[in-house]
Amino acid sequence: MHDLYIFITGPLAWAAFILFIGGSLYRLLAMLILVNRKERFIFSYMSLRYGLRSILHWITPFATVNMRRHPVLTVVTFLFHICLIVTPIFLLSHVILWDESWNLSWWSLPDGLADFMTIIVIAGAIFFLIRRIVSPEVQFVTSASDYIILAIVAAPFVTGFLAYHQWFAYEFFMVLHILTGEMMLVAIPFTRLSHMIYSPFTRAYMGSEFGGVRHAKDW
Amino acid sequence: MGEPAEINEIKDKGLEIGAERLTEDKIEKTINSVLKGETGARLKAYVDTCIHCGLCSEACHYYLSRDNDPHFSPVGKVKQTIWEMLKKKGKVSPEFIKKASEIASTECNLCRRCAMYCPFGIDIAYMMLIVRRICHMLGVTPLYIQDTAHSHSVTMNQMWVKGDEWPDTLQWQEEEAQAEIPTLRIPLEKEGADVMYSVIGPEPKFQAQLIYQAAVIMNVAGIDWTMPASSGWDNSDMAMYTGDNEIMGRVKRAHFETAARLKVKKIVMGECGHAFRSVYDVGNRWLGWRIPPVEVVHAIEFYHDILKEGRIKISKKFETPVTLHDPCNIVRGRGLHEMSRYVTREMCEELIEMHPNREHNYCCCAGGGVINCGPPYKNKRIMSNRVKAEQLFAAKAKGAKVLIAPCHNCHSGLEDINHHYGLGLEIKFLMDILYEVMDKPE
Ligand code: HEM
Ligand code: HEM
Ligand code: SF4
Ligand code: SF4
Repeated sequence: MHDLYIFITGPLAWAAFILFIGGSLYRLLAMLILVNRKERFIFSYMSLRYGLRSILHWITPFATVNMRRHPVLTVVTFLFHICLIVTPIFLLSHVILWDESWNLSWWSLPDGLADFMTIIVIAGAIFFLIRRIVSPEVQFVTSASDYIILAIVAAPFVTGFLAYHQWFAYEFFMVLHILTGEMMLVAIPFTRLSHMIYSPFTRAYMGSEFGGVRHAKDW
Repeated sequence: MGEPAEINEIKDKGLEIGAERLTEDKIEKTINSVLKGETGARLKAYVDTCIHCGLCSEACHYYLSRDNDPHFSPVGKVKQTIWEMLKKKGKVSPEFIKKASEIASTECNLCRRCAMYCPFGIDIAYMMLIVRRICHMLGVTPLYIQDTAHSHSVTMNQMWVKGDEWPDTLQWQEEEAQAEIPTLRIPLEKEGADVMYSVIGPEPKFQAQLIYQAAVIMNVAGIDWTMPASSGWDNSDMAMYTGDNEIMGRVKRAHFETAARLKVKKIVMGECGHAFRSVYDVGNRWLGWRIPPVEVVHAIEFYHDILKEGRIKISKKFETPVTLHDPCNIVRGRGLHEMSRYVTREMCEELIEMHPNREHNYCCCAGGGVINCGPPYKNKRIMSNRVKAEQLFAAKAKGAKVLIAPCHNCHSGLEDINHHYGLGLEIKFLMDILYEVMDKPE
């Protein structure tokens, strides 16, 4: 067990972070190169002002018509995404690990709060799952990959939660947690989770077209 | 849901015969050559980013009008077309192409409302245009709109208007209008005029009175204007909507070159939306211009300017309460909604807003070339815009009697809706009212 732990927190963790960061940079660069090669006009329409205007509207809760039409989803999705990103970065156990290996440490969340935020992410994932099953318009465009992606995202939170509480099989869940966490990181650049990488660009482009060319709002 | 048979069993020779000629091999080659040769990061980012959340659904009047049938949601249409082509790497059947062409050409108006509802700003209309492009390359385009594209190709106008019919029509309208204002002219080929006025093919063909009214407005406002006597007068563009980009480019080039030949300062266009999109946003890009090489002014902006400058005076405001439709291509496409309201308020006693409005207005369901796909799809088009009828009924309940639709496509599409759903509204162009209420010389 100990060797396995050393392996997954050592070389495998390295591999996961390299693939996550390297992969994200690669996807980003590949996109820019492709734009430059085939759709260079996009650069000339991109506008900092209108791009940011659009992004700001779409990352502010209830700032768009569609968010107001779906208040429950809006609340869930913002809580889900905020907790999803903030919890692992500011989790005490994680910060300690960074400190031990790199001598880097930063502010961390109180454990109780982090635990609560973990539950929010899990609940959010369940909400998305149910929505995917019961809403015909979502079901229609759902394929197996959508469930897999959702599972990949939920897994480190579920296992982290179980490991933290140490109710049973602590070591097993710890190992599983680390493995699923690494899997999620690697999945970001190589699945539709890459919306994290692409969304600022698609949004800014549409914002620029609407603002700069069409003189209209896009929210 | 019982749907009329016409909706489910549409027969279109353009699609039937086109699909019969296809082989799987040709389909595969064509799809891949379009996807590889003509698309790039945009399509890739759109397909990779879409999280399949369905949040674009309620943007679409097809989806809303068809009892939330997911086949008609924006992303549902993408799933049934582009995703499948990508997934199968172009290995799809002729039957699939036929269906894809029908979806892209007659179940999406390219109105871009969904781009304002998708959290990522994914441009579904762009993807539907790629599907149309592929179907065009395969020769599977609805018959009626293909005919208009042929007309563009042969005559440089949409309606097979022959070389001499055009100046004849202008002269006829000039003579008619001289009965009202004896000094009135429609100056042809006047080099160095401030304004070249351009219209869409159907105006000389079916609605010549609009040219008459425009001439009166130009003359009273004292505009230094001209109209071309040659081809290049037509600003419309159905080739843009069939995916025939080469013809679109030729048509737009003819239009810009005519303006350049006449050395005008700007092009003023009649009340048409798709034509504006083609000149202002699409055709110029195909020809390599970031923005149009000649300033392009839509009729709404033109009326706004001449009213604001006091070049036209209103003698008596239009009394019947009006409601105002915001055409996609000049509102989501050019942000002219406040100007159209200014013009309307200047001319009319009472404007009753329909809801939603401005950028969020519902499309007329005629645009994007859908009405040009002709009679086979008329019922489907009307059934697919029940929400528009409901929106207009609500405006009517508040007292609106006249519906202003400052776009040709909207005008015709709304007329069908008006008739089918028994709305009992009178539909007018802004120009109809302006002509009626303006101060004219005795
Ligand atoms: C590189 C791999 C990772 C390692 C080595 C790691 C390690 C840990 C450790 C040691 C704990 C504490 C368990 C305890 O208290 O006994 C933990 C908890 C947690 N981890 Fe990770 N983790 C990793 C990746 C991730 C990722 C990618 C995420 C999420 C995106 C994540 C989310 C969480 C959460 C939410 C908890 C706490 C659950 C709770 O307090 O309820 N971890 N992790
Ligand atoms: C930081 C930038 C990000 C933005 C702007 C963003 C935005 C969005 C939006 C707009 C949606 C779809 C609408 C909705 O369901 O509310 C969504 C869904 C989702 N996102 Fe993100 N996201 C980001 C990062 C991430 C990350 C890092 C992950 C996970 C690793 C993630 C996982 C998900 C999941 C699982 C869904 C739900 C999919 C479903 O409905 O099944 N997102 N995101
Ligand atoms: S008709 Fe308009 S809202 Fe519907 S899919 Fe097409 S562009 Fe989107
Ligand atoms: S709203 Fe955008 S991300 Fe969601 S399904 Fe529609 S196109 Fe895809």
